[in-house]
Amino acid sequence: MAYCPPDRARVKARAADLRAGFETAGAAVVEAPVLLSAEALLDLYGEDLRARAYTTSDALRGEQMLRPDFTVPVVQMHMAGGAEPARYTYSGEVFRRQEEDEARANEYLQVGFEIFDGSDTEAADAEVFARMRDAVEPLREKVGLRATTGDIGILRAAVEGLSTSGARKRALRRHLWRPARFKQLLDRFAGRTPFPPSRLALLEKSDPFAEAGPEIGLRDRAEIESRLEALRADAAETPIPAAEIELIEGILQVRETLPNALEHLRDIAVDLPAISDAVDRLKRRAAALDRHGVNVEALEFEASYGRTHMEYYDGFVFGFVVAGRPDLPAIASGGRYDALTRELGRGAGKPEGIPAVGGILRPGLMVELEDAA
Amino acid sequence: MSLKLGVPSKGRLMEKTFDWFGSRGITLGRAGGDREYAGKVEGIDGVELVLLSAGEIPRELNAGRIHLGVTGTDLVREKLGQWEQRVEELAELGFGHADLIIAVPQLWVDVETLDDLDEAAAVFRRRHGFRLRIATKYHRLIRDFMKSHGVADYQLVDSQGATEGTVKNETAEAVADITSTGETLRANHLKILGDGLVLKSQATLFRSRTAPMAEEDRAAMAQLIRRLDLD
Repeated sequence: MAYCPPDRARVKARAADLRAGFETAGAAVVEAPVLLSAEALLDLYGEDLRARAYTTSDALRGEQMLRPDFTVPVVQMHMAGGAEPARYTYSGEVFRRQEEDEARANEYLQVGFEIFDGSDTEAADAEVFARMRDAVEPLREKVGLRATTGDIGILRAAVEGLSTSGARKRALRRHLWRPARFKQLLDRFAGRTPFPPSRLALLEKSDPFAEAGPEIGLRDRAEIESRLEALRADAAETPIPAAEIELIEGILQVRETLPNALEHLRDIAVDLPAISDAVDRLKRRAAALDRHGVNVEALEFEASYGRTHMEYYDGFVFGFVVAGRPDLPAIASGGRYDALTRELGRGAGKPEGIPAVGGILRPGLMVELEDAA
Repeated sequence: MSLKLGVPSKGRLMEKTFDWFGSRGITLGRAGGDREYAGKVEGIDGVELVLLSAGEIPRELNAGRIHLGVTGTDLVREKLGQWEQRVEELAELGFGHADLIIAVPQLWVDVETLDDLDEAAAVFRRRHGFRLRIATKYHRLIRDFMKSHGVADYQLVDSQGATEGTVKNETAEAVADITSTGETLRANHLKILGDGLVLKSQATLFRSRTAPMAEEDRAAMAQLIRRLDLD
């Protein structure tokens, strides 16, 4: 079944209303080009992005991508001339390749709200969540909406607190958003899976290069030797204690109401003090959410929420989904993406990044759901 | 209307396909001389032979312009999204065997597995400022494979031929390509990763799930399937 969009004029009117709401909250309206340079996007997201975004090209400008989201162009625009604190809103089409499910839209309107302000990050997190909730609130009477929150910052802090080498922590941090790989690394570093036999054999060789071919390619012998050095150091590492692995697994399993999750994580923090600051932030955020009238007692919290589909989101994350409709995308979603701004900032003379939190709404889906109800 | 059968238009793949049908009592051949791309079919009624480039057969099956087609599994999976919903595999023909593999320079004594490749890619990116390049023409298959194995910090660069030479030419650091004996890889000082087998491919007879069929086409299809012993 092909995707059938709802009445376009109504969707555009709804998008305009939503954006106007964010303007009232002090956000400046920003625009972004539809065609974005593919280079920065691919450097950021990697080859996987090609499966989600449309790529086109011309002989002059090279590869261009049809805007898959506004986050990157808005951050780039801000870095080029803006100063914190700043808040932005936008409304426009985004384009996503759909090769798995014909029923999903490959072009739809997105309305977003972003806060770049480091003065009180938990207050900013809570404000974005509350404004997204207010925007979808009218739908609540017609369809069941479920909000889920998470915080990737807790897992991140836990990794930093492990008793192991900086190299191993860096490897784990790099795969925070790839759960299967993360687990595989954790198992190896804990000595739960045997050291790869091919690697052991290599490290025991007196001349590892005895059967190597000629030196070809950009990755030269010095680079290979330095990795062999790193592998030797890694082989000499003592395994991460089983108790610490269990704490990480404990964190990943936290999936309950926010107050229960807080209590549970506080218990874990007794044995893994490295997460204490992150848990305090979660507590401050809960209080800030409460001040916005969010029913914190019933709010769902999943420590691993967003890990598979929100790369570079490294703190608070959230999504509003229609209950009982796993076929539909989230109607609103967002979170804190400081890590993304650090990544983009490296090339823009701002390696420290900017404190950034934001969310997006899908007005097309909202109108569609209202019509169906 | 008649039932359209797409077959590669040249080389061993065409000859072997003709042999495979021939040994089942259906004679396929070119209508005119060697240079004419019109085909003829003897031994069964209502079937028309269409000679096409092997690379275009997946697209034609998907569009429903041919009902049946012989091409490599690799090409169908690379070119068709949700290929199982677009085409059905009727028979593996037992020739045209090739493996889609990931290979790196023999010099990389520290890289034997995808795990190693992932780690080497991370360091390479920090050191060189760009993602480690893998030359291939199988973009979709390699991307999916890398994703399912959690390999990051790489990029694919397009290479439609002489892919094994890209490392020496420094336009790529590794390659993902089809190989049958591995000889070209060795000649270019490359080695296959221990867990770098992406797909085993061979010439396969596919049926389009989208091609419209008249009553007589259904009858011809049923008869062909019976004759080929595929029912």
